[in-house]
Amino acid sequence: MREVIINPITRLEGHGKITIFLNDEGDVEEAYFQVPELRGFEKFCEGRRAEDLPIITTRICGVCPVAHHMASAKALDAAFNVEPPEPAKKLRELMYCGYYIYDHTLHFYYLGGPDFIVGPDAPPEKRNILGVIEKAGIQIAKEVIKHRAYGQKITEILGGKATHPVSACIPGGFARPISKEEQREIEEMVKSCLKFAEFSLKIFDEIVLKNTSYIELMKSQSYTLKTYYMGLVDKDNKVNFYDGKVRVVDPYGNEFVKFSPEEYLGVIEEHVEPWTYVKFPYLKKIGWRGLIDGPDSGIYRVGPLGRLNAADGMATPLAQEEYKRMYETLGGKPVHNTLAYHWARLIELLYAAERALELVTDPEITSTNLRNKPGEPGEGVGIVEAARGTLIHHYQLDENALARKVNLIVATVNNAPSICMSIRNAAKGLIRKGNVTDGILNMIEMAFRAYDPCFACATHYAIGQMPLEVEIYNSEKQLIKVIRRNIDGRN
Amino acid sequence: MDKLKLAFYWAASCGGCEIAVLDINEKILDVVAKADIVFWPVAMDIKYKDVEKMPDKGIDVCFFNGAIRNSENEEMAKLLRRKSKVLVAFGSCACDGDVVGLGNLWNREKIFERVYFETPSTKNSMNVTPQVRYQTPYGELELPEFYDTVKTLADVVDVDYYISGCPPPVPRIIDAIEAILSGKLPPKGSSFLFNKAVCDECPREKKDRKISSIKRIYEINDDFKTCFIDQGVICMGPATRGGCGAQCLNANIPCTGCGGPAPRVSDQGAAMISALASIITDEKVIDQIVDPIGTFYKYSLARSILRRRVMHE
Repeated sequence: MREVIINPITRLEGHGKITIFLNDEGDVEEAYFQVPELRGFEKFCEGRRAEDLPIITTRICGVCPVAHHMASAKALDAAFNVEPPEPAKKLRELMYCGYYIYDHTLHFYYLGGPDFIVGPDAPPEKRNILGVIEKAGIQIAKEVIKHRAYGQKITEILGGKATHPVSACIPGGFARPISKEEQREIEEMVKSCLKFAEFSLKIFDEIVLKNTSYIELMKSQSYTLKTYYMGLVDKDNKVNFYDGKVRVVDPYGNEFVKFSPEEYLGVIEEHVEPWTYVKFPYLKKIGWRGLIDGPDSGIYRVGPLGRLNAADGMATPLAQEEYKRMYETLGGKPVHNTLAYHWARLIELLYAAERALELVTDPEITSTNLRNKPGEPGEGVGIVEAARGTLIHHYQLDENALARKVNLIVATVNNAPSICMSIRNAAKGLIRKGNVTDGILNMIEMAFRAYDPCFACATHYAIGQMPLEVEIYNSEKQLIKVIRRNIDGRN
Repeated sequence: MDKLKLAFYWAASCGGCEIAVLDINEKILDVVAKADIVFWPVAMDIKYKDVEKMPDKGIDVCFFNGAIRNSENEEMAKLLRRKSKVLVAFGSCACDGDVVGLGNLWNREKIFERVYFETPSTKNSMNVTPQVRYQTPYGELELPEFYDTVKTLADVVDVDYYISGCPPPVPRIIDAIEAILSGKLPPKGSSFLFNKAVCDECPREKKDRKISSIKRIYEINDDFKTCFIDQGVICMGPATRGGCGAQCLNANIPCTGCGGPAPRVSDQGAAMISALASIITDEKVIDQIVDPIGTFYKYSLARSILRRRVMHE
């Protein structure tokens, strides 16, 4: 038996590791994806003041702090039995749209997009943001930097700080009203972001959809998993990032369950393995059957494609058109092709901009009626859609409004079982007879990069391509070959 | 002259420090023009082994963020110290332990118990926990060792400069980079934040009232103008290093202390307790402080004089 260790899989040494075991023929026997990190928020949040939870839990993730801030704020609303006034909800959601604009832009242009824009088998030193700039031009690069910054700026205005915002830590309220001037400033930024989202979809059209080899890749077995899908929907079953019920569809696209946040423990359980610090969630009713897909396995997927599959459409007109077009192009619902996450992400970018424009032009948005009086502290669950998927915060507060117990199911954790399977499938499909090349390694990276994973909030696998070192051992554990990408990206 | 060699690394952190560096936006292009970034896991393709091969002191300046939570974090801190002329503790996790340091109220066993056994969504009848070494049917898998105690960067290696903040304020990151690029480094041990407290940057009006009761932020009717402490709400502004522009105060939320201890303060929590003690009207007010550790040491427990809870069997 031979062993192929990809360590680290990312530039983030220690934050992710793949070990692939080959049989004597050089084909893949099994592949493990390990998360080597834990910080233990579920323990050290115990005893903290309720109003500190939306501030402490943002530190789970510096890339999606707004998602944790908002899930936490909603868990506190529920725990104190109070609904924020409408203008407060609108400001929270507007901030949330700003976060989506920044985060989805980051992923498409800096992380996942280079594989398509520059090409999956382009020289490694070109497969990154610099390659994107070179191919697309400095003007477009400036647009990318500008609109990512706009998303951050919207959060900064509303949240105090772009990274680790603070203004929704008041149960039943929002601390930061906006002036008419700020309203106009945000409106201008959002209008520009809307054009930028349309432009990004056009780029996707021209570069990916018009390239038959990309479509073939997207539809290939190595990048296909038939799982359940989960996402938050509004009353019309349209995608919603901030509020609503969680809907799960089965691998055939039929509604499996739709539940309110406080019912999550009846739907989701988590499995523990001894070889990784991350837990593996699954649908309780179906059960844990190991790392397999299909209707008999409780594994489900979240994030952009999960949300679009779990919903009946988008709540804004332009995004709805794109939604229809995606399913028509890829052969109906649900779409099981992992690489379609990238397309779904851009449709959501457009929705985020459209929704932000609705909110910022709402006459109520400059209201200062932003607080309702909290009730007695108790128990509450808050669920939002983080950019990477369904995010659950569950708090039990004591009579002094201190956290007694905290449970968290973080967005990427929901996808952890599927990411393991996607890596294994790509490895099995692509490594044959012991043949491991740089191109194959990048194709394995693409299998999980599509999820935009954010493990232990040790985010992002790459801005550009990943640092990889593959050591190939023979059955006597002697090192026979090393494949490595050097500083300049060359092998 | 050779271009400066810069490195960025993260240990036990959230990624927010990396985003703060990206938030300098187009200025990153100026940096790249004047310096070579020789190690930056979030942005570039360079590995441990590449760093190991660099000559000792081959990196001019290394920005290190994240706390020391496990064995791998400590190994990387030691490696980068050896390879760097100047080591900067970047962000509150590296400087003070940040909220990760609140893990020092427990130990590995208690944290594992909560995460892997007790949480209501977890089903784990065999009491499985992650193992440093695990034998699969195909071969052995390894994980870094999770420590009982969270440490700061200065606990494991010698640190030259500090930029606290969670994350460090973007204008201060730009100041630091400009100082480094122009070779105008301050005396060893300096902070790149300001030598003043958050209070000095706060727009709110301070009336220096005595307070007779402690309120929670959601219990007051904020007038958006008056100092939170004057309104009876604990604000860490007096004990916290400034340079952030009092951003949280501008969003009408009290300072929670992410800048770390104010200048000339060694223990942030003790400084805040002392400040409060001087303005309360009555000892009974102290009983209204419901979570002193989480309130006064939210970001600095791991570097404080308390450091950790002593665990008894």
